Amino acid sequence: MADARKIFAPTPTPETQPFWDAAAKGQLRVKHCTACGRAHHYPRPICPFCGSDRTEWKDATGRGVIYSFSVMRRASPPYVIAYVTLDEGVTMMTGLVDCDFDALRIGQPVRVVWTPTDGGPPVPMFTPR
Amino acid sequence: MSIRDQACIVGVFEHPTRKADGISLAQLHAEVARGALADAGLTKDDVDGYFCAGDAPGLGGLSMADYMGLRLRHIDTTETGGSSYVVHVAHAAEAIAAGRCDVALVTLAGRPRAEGMATGTAPRNYGAAAPDVAFEAPFAPTVVNQYAMAAMRHMHEFGTTSEQLAWIKVAASHHAQHNPHAMLREVVTVADVVGSPMISDPLHRLDCCVISDGGGAVIVARPEVAKRLKRPIVKVRGAGEAVKHQMGGQVDLTYTGARWSGPAAFETAKVTPADIKYASIYDSFTITVLITLEDLGFCKKGEGGRFVSDGNLIAGTGRLPFNTDGGGLCNNHPANRGGMTKVIEAVRQLRGEAHPAVQVKNCDLALAHGTGGSLGTRHASATLVMERG
Repeated sequence: MADARKIFAPTPTPETQPFWDAAAKGQLRVKHCTACGRAHHYPRPICPFCGSDRTEWKDATGRGVIYSFSVMRRASPPYVIAYVTLDEGVTMMTGLVDCDFDALRIGQPVRVVWTPTDGGPPVPMFTPR
Repeated sequence: MSIRDQACIVGVFEHPTRKADGISLAQLHAEVARGALADAGLTKDDVDGYFCAGDAPGLGGLSMADYMGLRLRHIDTTETGGSSYVVHVAHAAEAIAAGRCDVALVTLAGRPRAEGMATGTAPRNYGAAAPDVAFEAPFAPTVVNQYAMAAMRHMHEFGTTSEQLAWIKVAASHHAQHNPHAMLREVVTVADVVGSPMISDPLHRLDCCVISDGGGAVIVARPEVAKRLKRPIVKVRGAGEAVKHQMGGQVDLTYTGARWSGPAAFETAKVTPADIKYASIYDSFTITVLITLEDLGFCKKGEGGRFVSDGNLIAGTGRLPFNTDGGGLCNNHPANRGGMTKVIEAVRQLRGEAHPAVQVKNCDLALAHGTGGSLGTRHASATLVMERG
């Protein structure tokens, strides 16, 4: 268990079920649009860039760099929220775990860590690599 | 259709309470409406347009019209979080220009403090139907840690420091000392701010706004109505609004929707940032002010830290007096929505009715800016330019 907190369990919907099915197998997926060629996150069936419905799931490397983060000191226990920019070019909200909070820095390379949730599928958090 | 000079702000009222034990939410709305109408010299029967947002109880505008006994021919319940009321003033001016109403009432009220709400530090759940929730809520976003990520990135890209952010709180506290209703009236120093407990890196407790109950109201009216009232004329000169979000994953936390709402407002008003004598800038956190000032063009992107330093926002000494009521940082942030009080203090300044210690000399042109939602994810920006008549 990466974190002592109870992690909010996401509710899969028909449009996001493939993301969570892959998550259960430890695979991060990103939606790509075959009409405009751009990747987006969070995943939608209709591309937020060009409006096409020709979107498809692609496996992601699970690697990225920290775009920004903050240690929520006021919480007990403290935790880290972050934005991580994936190799695929999209920046996603996430958490940083299994690390020294005081050593984190923007630009640091990270890899995905699947974190159990409170009764739902695991969610993608990241740790320094 | 330009709204320039099509409408005037004829009445304003800020509820004096900061903790509304024993006052219902509906009653707060009615009290601020009554206060603003009295300020204008109008009665509720003069009101034919009503504006409110998500803070209004029940069916919002319908419930409040019923409760207050309003007879309306125009209603607008645009919900853009804390910026709603800045948007409402602009929409009221548009409605008046279009002939849809003559006297518009805008109300805001809330009692998060009486209800014990952990406004900034507890995750808010907007329900599973919100498409972002499954991809954000597991990471426990709160208001403060989202704004903290914007601050962290700004520091990384531009070298902004905690001390520079602290100057914004220092300026607000200098103003709040003169406001008997302000929650925090003690003048603080940069050392006080950076020495206060860390809430979410890099934001300290004193980088955050207060949590308060209360509310406010504004009356917007046709210029012909304004001319027969006995109050100083305040004209709506220009406005802009914009929405910024995560852009499909092309996240950039270094700017806000003010980058678009500001130029739109200045263009309508036919003025530039250099013409503005006083600015009410939404101040949920110190970082909100700093990034907004850059986006509105008061300084270049990345230079906000230098711009706010050394008392540059303090009335009487600084180049751009801001939030002379003490703002959300020290005075009041009713219902966790600061747009209303931003408009109200700007009107006080244009009327020459701000506290003498903070009244800007020859204040003929003022700006009010609202931010609603979160800089970290999705928000609305609204900019209003007002002129003394």
